[in-house]
Amino acid sequence: MAKIIVVTSGKGGVGKTTSAAAIATGLALRGNKTVVIDFDVGLRNLDLIMGCERRVVYDLVNVIQGEAGLNQALIRDKRVDNLHILPASQTRDKDALTSEGVEKVLESLSEDFDYILCDSPAGIERGAQLAMYFADEAVVVTNPEVSSVRDSDRILGLLASKTRRAERNQEPIKEHLLITRYNPARVDHGDMLNLEDIREILAIDLIGLIPESEAVLRASNQGIPVTHDANSDAGQAYTDTVSRLLGEDVPLRFHEYQKKSLLSRVFGGGRR
Amino acid sequence: MKLLDFLRGERKKSASVAKERLQIIVAHQRGQRDQPDYMPMLERELLEVIRRYVKVEQDAISISLDRDDDCSVLELNVTLPRS
Repeated sequence: MAKIIVVTSGKGGVGKTTSAAAIATGLALRGNKTVVIDFDVGLRNLDLIMGCERRVVYDLVNVIQGEAGLNQALIRDKRVDNLHILPASQTRDKDALTSEGVEKVLESLSEDFDYILCDSPAGIERGAQLAMYFADEAVVVTNPEVSSVRDSDRILGLLASKTRRAERNQEPIKEHLLITRYNPARVDHGDMLNLEDIREILAIDLIGLIPESEAVLRASNQGIPVTHDANSDAGQAYTDTVSRLLGEDVPLRFHEYQKKSLLSRVFGGGRR
Repeated sequence: MKLLDFLRGERKKSASVAKERLQIIVAHQRGQRDQPDYMPMLERELLEVIRRYVKVEQDAISISLDRDDDCSVLELNVTLPRS
């Protein structure tokens, strides 16, 4: 039985797809058979971030509508053995996803995989609700910014009521907070919400903290999940996040502001 | 007063303003989370009725539903203007 994890946020542009790709990569690098599914029907992007956009033949909607088998639609990752991608379709038909169809796909993936990551679309419409409906755990991606925090709280409300676990009165979905685009210098300056404040307001466990990093754009430019950039702060922060998802106790990094010494200011920092 | 604060350099950090605003809005959102779907409509209509008799502001009314095991209490709070 696979563990189903939804990566969600409510607000768009906070790093859901980047995080889904990075976490899926990290889980697979740790030897777990992992599949990551793009639920953003009409606006697929996970394939780009994973660097497999030219290998998409069939997609999730094709599988649900019986036009292709699951194995035809799954794309094997070029870099990591245990990793597969199930892309979203570019069709504009919003009703292309059905609850029964998604359930069937997840059920058959569940037989072969250890982890199923569902990359949710932004918003709280059908696609987002279907992405979270069957989840066992949720990674709520949040930026240290008011609208993102508020939307995350809305999503927490949905996770607690509009999911299979909630409707069946089962053990609730395990909710994890993932803070992205965190800038310790601005927090130190008092111009950005600090992680304690966000955790206090949303009242869920912190699973990871990803610093704002040049490595993220560099990774998406190349279509290589940032986890592979093991020298970068963001890459290491995602690796830590994956370890915590696997139940390990890893101390938090990259959350403290290091004032630059005069010398390093003059000569410039190293690669971030 | 604000000018004085400004001159003293005691400007409130924007992050703490953000936190205060969020605490209020999130508490409000959570209050609405478990309520039935008809509540916003009920609130609007109650406000209309009250406004027929007293001039009150939009935010002068608050409504909440508390549920115990065997009964529910609908609480309506209206702040009336000083007459």
